[in-house]
Amino acid sequence: MATIEEKLICVTCPKGCTLMVTRDGKTVLNVENGCKRGHEYARQELTDPRRMVASSVMIKGGIHPLMPVYTSAPFPKPRISELLVELRKVELQAPIGLDQVVLTDVLGTGIDVKASREMK
Amino acid sequence: MTIREKYDVIVVGSGPGGLAAAISAKKNGAQDVLIIERDVEPGGILLQCIHNGFGVEIFKQDLPGPSYAQRFINEAFEVGVDFLLDSMVLEITRHHRVTVTSIRHGILTLQAKAVVLAMGCRERTRAQIRLPGTRPAGVFTAGTAQRWVNVEGYMPGKNFVILGSGDIGMIMARRLTFEGAKVARVLEVMPYLSGLTRNYVQCLLDYDIELQLMHTVKNIIGKKRVEAIESVAVDEKWNPIPGTEEIIPCDTLLLSVGLIPENELSRQAGVLIDPVTAGPFVDDTFQTNIPGIYSTGNVVHVYDLVDWVTEAGLTAGKAAAKSLSTPSNVQTRILPVKAGENVRYVVPHTLNPDHLAEGEIRVQMRVKQPIETPVWIEARVGDRMITRKGEPYARPGEMVTLTLKPALLDELKAAEELTIAIVRR
Repeated sequence: MATIEEKLICVTCPKGCTLMVTRDGKTVLNVENGCKRGHEYARQELTDPRRMVASSVMIKGGIHPLMPVYTSAPFPKPRISELLVELRKVELQAPIGLDQVVLTDVLGTGIDVKASREMK
Repeated sequence: MTIREKYDVIVVGSGPGGLAAAISAKKNGAQDVLIIERDVEPGGILLQCIHNGFGVEIFKQDLPGPSYAQRFINEAFEVGVDFLLDSMVLEITRHHRVTVTSIRHGILTLQAKAVVLAMGCRERTRAQIRLPGTRPAGVFTAGTAQRWVNVEGYMPGKNFVILGSGDIGMIMARRLTFEGAKVARVLEVMPYLSGLTRNYVQCLLDYDIELQLMHTVKNIIGKKRVEAIESVAVDEKWNPIPGTEEIIPCDTLLLSVGLIPENELSRQAGVLIDPVTAGPFVDDTFQTNIPGIYSTGNVVHVYDLVDWVTEAGLTAGKAAAKSLSTPSNVQTRILPVKAGENVRYVVPHTLNPDHLAEGEIRVQMRVKQPIETPVWIEARVGDRMITRKGEPYARPGEMVTLTLKPALLDELKAAEELTIAIVRR
């Protein structure tokens, strides 16, 4: 297979470096620009793209009707819509603490969903 | 909690800037520190920014906004900062008298030894960008929609067009998609993105949301509710190009067209405002032209990272606390800091070189024109370059920082003026 050279914008940190990736299919041969974490991102992005997901779930008895939540680790990108369906089924009861787990091992990914704040 | 009549430091606003300033004032010796907040809980706009991306600089962690805020709210309570919530500041005088109104306490007038202004920004509205067309329901600022969707639990529409590629606009495009809405288009009048590049990738590209640069809204269509918008391509001078119009059906138009520092209270107090940043002229401790009145965060200039707002708040709070024990008639050396080649503005506007003896001074700026090749960020005294830093590129959407090291103390003490320039390498 021929090697391909392409640009990839790193989303690891707010700098947003433009990485120059040389790859053979899904095998990354070389990455120019960016830092160590960026090079790791390039390899991950081409084999198993993941994103941090933040959304909200319903909560009763709190000062607001919604509790913001986030994934404990970057979540497989192709399965984000399934995750959102799971989140719509959740209804919490206040009080909830910061980083309290609201869904454990969601969809068998080993990733938890946690509360982004406390709510009384 | 009883409200006193006198405080060492009063902070207006409990967003990241205000929280950091209050914590830092307390830690640096101020006894009685009060934060006044108009919302019913502390945290500011971070509470509605439920997406990740906060704290990468300070905590080396990728946190959601409320989570970032919670850390500082907890710390403020731990160090003994007082809060006056659900209360609106009506006036601040140059002598640090603060008039505040609330349902619980009525109208109070409080006296502070030092004041920190941390009111943040407001969003630019439809009227401020003079969008033509009818005036139906369904035209909102992106931040208003964000508050509804993330905090209050209302969806403002089903089919969206977003004008402006600011961070809030792009983040809302993804958020609305998550909640089942369709985002037909994001339009940006400039030839470049106005938010962070990574938000273009993870908010628009990831969900196949189309971005059109050099496009704007020509007309809003609909009587009771938005039915469509008419978009148009523009040239470099923002003139519409005839024949490029397109009708895009939608029921909601979100505006993400810039933030304006909220400085009505500052002006009343006699604080001078820089027309370029729309925030106060400040020195390297974030003191304004009025002794004992400091300002910090987005009320000074619009930041793109909350971590920098926290840093600025820590600096301002420390200076406010130190001012309590320093006589105000001490003459200090003031060095003007000017925006040079390809720099739109620099903050701070002045600095006291003597402060370099205590540590580094950070100078932050925005570039005028994007440069996509490697650049030097240069500090110059006259024609002479005294320090510089390399960056792979410079973009108007991304703030640039240059650190002045203590080694420059003697050089800057002798200087008349410091100029910052951004040039191609």
